[in-house]
Amino acid sequence: MGMAAEAQFHVLAVDDSIIDRKLIERLLKTSSYQVTAVDSGSKALEFLGLNEDEQRKANPPSVSLENQQDVEVNLIITDYCMPGMTGYDLLRKIKESKSLKDIPVVIMSSENVPSRINRCLEEGAEEFFLKPVQLSDVNKLRPHLLKGRNKEDQTINNKRKEMEEKHSPEQRIKTKS
Amino acid sequence: MEVGQMQRQWVEYIRSLFMEGFLDGQFLQLQQLQDENNPDFVVEVVSLFFDDSEKLLNDLTKAIDLKGTDFKRVDAHVHQLKGSSSSIGAQRVKNACIAFRNYCEEQNIEACFRCLQQVKQEYCLVKNKLETLFRLEQQIMAAGGSIPTMELSF
Repeated sequence: MGMAAEAQFHVLAVDDSIIDRKLIERLLKTSSYQVTAVDSGSKALEFLGLNEDEQRKANPPSVSLENQQDVEVNLIITDYCMPGMTGYDLLRKIKESKSLKDIPVVIMSSENVPSRINRCLEEGAEEFFLKPVQLSDVNKLRPHLLKGRNKEDQTINNKRKEMEEKHSPEQRIKTKS
Repeated sequence: MEVGQMQRQWVEYIRSLFMEGFLDGQFLQLQQLQDENNPDFVVEVVSLFFDDSEKLLNDLTKAIDLKGTDFKRVDAHVHQLKGSSSSIGAQRVKNACIAFRNYCEEQNIEACFRCLQQVKQEYCLVKNKLETLFRLEQQIMAAGGSIPTMELSF
């Protein structure tokens, strides 16, 4: 993933309100992000490639070289209050997923409820935005996106170092970039 | 009417909408997101708001029944309307929704009924105002002018 040329960041926006989806999409595009907008948590998980099989597996395969994501998503921004799966439920599912847990998640809500905010931050959300979301809020996303990209590069660099340090010439290590 | 006159009329009209509380700063945010590449953004979002609101108001009318009202469902609809009106800057609709939700919590059906009428009224008013505003914009564009940039200086 880090081998690709410097690509645009891709943000997945989740909101059941069509008005808010249009708004967040415009806000994100103004900041030159690529955007995919979906109207539910389950659609979000589907897009992320996390199907029910993934969720049922207690132990992921020991040698998992395939990239389990169908598409690369650099950040997820989701509404809190949604019918069915709430933004909080979605956050938890993402953090419980081996393949998705490192994607930064941001929560949006029209209601300023401190206990709600704390719960989300404790569960691993990077930020909590009060609606209506402003351009100044969207500007706060960049550091989280950059950190994510640096982390990816770092992980790949660390793996390379590990391999270089191994002495056995017979070892062939296949990696998927 | 020449373009300059139409533009001044537009400024006065939108200013009055802010003064009278129909619109708040969020509407300006929408305008700031509009540019040459997205010249119809505001009209598009507001149109979505109109469609969504009409559906919600219909659902609310059906849901508030003196014989039996599911207050949770009513509250969910009002919450949605409050959110969308807030997102486009329709302040008076938003405020009417806030009052409405309080009565939902109290399960006060008569007050809810009154609130519904209030929300409908505010919605109709802002719809008319915005349609008038957009008509003025169309006239300006047709005459070869551009929409002035608004700054909230009051």
